[in-house]
Amino acid sequence: MAQAAAVAEPPAPPRRRRASATPRRLPYLLIAPAALLMLGFIAYPVVSVFYYSLQNYNPTKPWRNGYAGLDNFVHAFTDDPQFWDTLTFSAKWVVVEVGLQLLCGLALALIVNQTFVGRGLGRALVFSPWAVSGVLTSAIWVLLYNSQTGITRYLADLGIGEYGTSWLSDTSTVFPAAVVADLWRGVPFFAILILADLQSVSKDLYEAAEVDGASRLKQFWHITLPHLKDAIVLSTLLRAVWEFNNVDLLYTLTGGGPAGETTTLPLYIANTSVDAHNFGYASALTTVAFVILLFCSVVYLRLSKFGGENK
Amino acid sequence: MITKEAVAVAPAPERPAPRAPRPVKRRRAWDEAPRWQIYLPLSVYLLFTLIPFYWILLFALRPAGSTSLAPWPMTFDHFEKVWTERAFGTYFQNSVLIGVATLVLTTVVALAGGYALARFDFRIKRVFMLALLCSQFVPGALLLVPLFQVFAELRMINSLGSVILAETVFQLPLSMILISGFIRNVPYSLEEAAWVDGCTRLASFRIVVLPLLRPGLIAVGSFAFVHAWNHFLFALMFLSDQSKQTIPVGLNTLMSADSVDLGALAAGGIVAAVPVVIVFAFIQKWLITGFSAGAVKG
Repeated sequence: MAQAAAVAEPPAPPRRRRASATPRRLPYLLIAPAALLMLGFIAYPVVSVFYYSLQNYNPTKPWRNGYAGLDNFVHAFTDDPQFWDTLTFSAKWVVVEVGLQLLCGLALALIVNQTFVGRGLGRALVFSPWAVSGVLTSAIWVLLYNSQTGITRYLADLGIGEYGTSWLSDTSTVFPAAVVADLWRGVPFFAILILADLQSVSKDLYEAAEVDGASRLKQFWHITLPHLKDAIVLSTLLRAVWEFNNVDLLYTLTGGGPAGETTTLPLYIANTSVDAHNFGYASALTTVAFVILLFCSVVYLRLSKFGGENK
Repeated sequence: MITKEAVAVAPAPERPAPRAPRPVKRRRAWDEAPRWQIYLPLSVYLLFTLIPFYWILLFALRPAGSTSLAPWPMTFDHFEKVWTERAFGTYFQNSVLIGVATLVLTTVVALAGGYALARFDFRIKRVFMLALLCSQFVPGALLLVPLFQVFAELRMINSLGSVILAETVFQLPLSMILISGFIRNVPYSLEEAAWVDGCTRLASFRIVVLPLLRPGLIAVGSFAFVHAWNHFLFALMFLSDQSKQTIPVGLNTLMSADSVDLGALAAGGIVAAVPVVIVFAFIQKWLITGFSAGAVKG
């Protein structure tokens, strides 16, 4: 009967309306608060960004304000080396961060998924930086990297490197230094998500593979990895978008410096709109960033065949 | 050799039974990793994780100017200084207020929306779901200026309400997707059974569904709190009064000073970390189950 069908297929919403008289507008009432909030504070700002991207708009230079057509975009693509520099740096940052975080997170998840003495504590400690904010991460790594009493001093005591080295103000070391700091708090995100998904791998599969004489490496390659695929695709995508957009860490750790070496596109946009008040141009850059992000995401989901065969 | 076909048939559940019982140590091949393959990489990684934590504790507890690697003699001067002189006491209150308000608002609004998405078919559902997913790509940081204008219009600049609203809005989409996933995992027949017993929809939701959602709601709620607690840009942009500032902004102020007071910075960092650590110690075990129940599987 209807009840049996509901048990067999819980995700399917009920086809017929119940006798217990649910007013037809109930679902709309339920989503109304969320919809209103999102319309007012996401949709409207987004539309206004699109609108201003076609305008010259700078509150400090009101005499130039007005319709600009595609001037802002033309300027970005043809006449603004900083746009390309920051875009390239953003791409580099996202690829390096997400790649390293995924590798370390996967390895960690596999390790703490084993049974061993002290697993609970091990998990808790390994995951602990996850909830640390970008600003706090910066604070911690500023303490570690500072040239006087930071880690370099004690390394120098051991004969490694020189006294007074400041990794954050040297253009050749600032990138790895920032990468390591962000890695520190980024790895647990992947470790947690992958661990959660690991728990749902059927143990029968491993037993069968064991009977078949498959090595552990082969088991990982043919059972674990395919099982994790969707989770990995989704988490890398979410994380990539997040790493692209997030400015907390670099803003506070390096301020985009030294010499603009670590300025991402969002950081550049924030500077353009907040400091330089060139809001029209910043809006155009935002639009470009948004389109790039959307395009890359779609391509990524297509290439990885997300959802794959069984859906 | 055993063929593939044989394997497909083989995974009979009874295999362990005919064997003589032996120590439980070696069960599955997957568990047979040599101990050093677990402990060695784990210790290396733990060093990487824990040294930074130790570092900040060290700086917070040892007197200014000390270079000893142990926090001894211990002092709490830095905490006193940061709490009163640097107004972290006020920041702390503001951050707690923003965090808790965001938690409540996000959970309630997302619960309502998530229920609608999980249990009803309605005309704009697909559009709405699409909007939720798309909003994930909208960078809050890039909307700072238009958001500022909206809040200026609403006369909410420099009030905590603006930050609470902004944090909530950017938490909502993901929270709602997660919660609707959790609700879908609760069999609809349970609710129907409650209606048959005379419950209203609301009552059956409260009595039957809500308790089952607890792990998921705890996960979602704590995300919302931690995000709001940690987030920095909205507070930096929308709150100009020093008395309205939050902890991350206070930390940033300490960091961007001309000569950074490292002890104060470390103590401020610890103040920023404590609530988050408490929240996570509390929800750790729900986190994994909450995730596996709904997040990744949808």
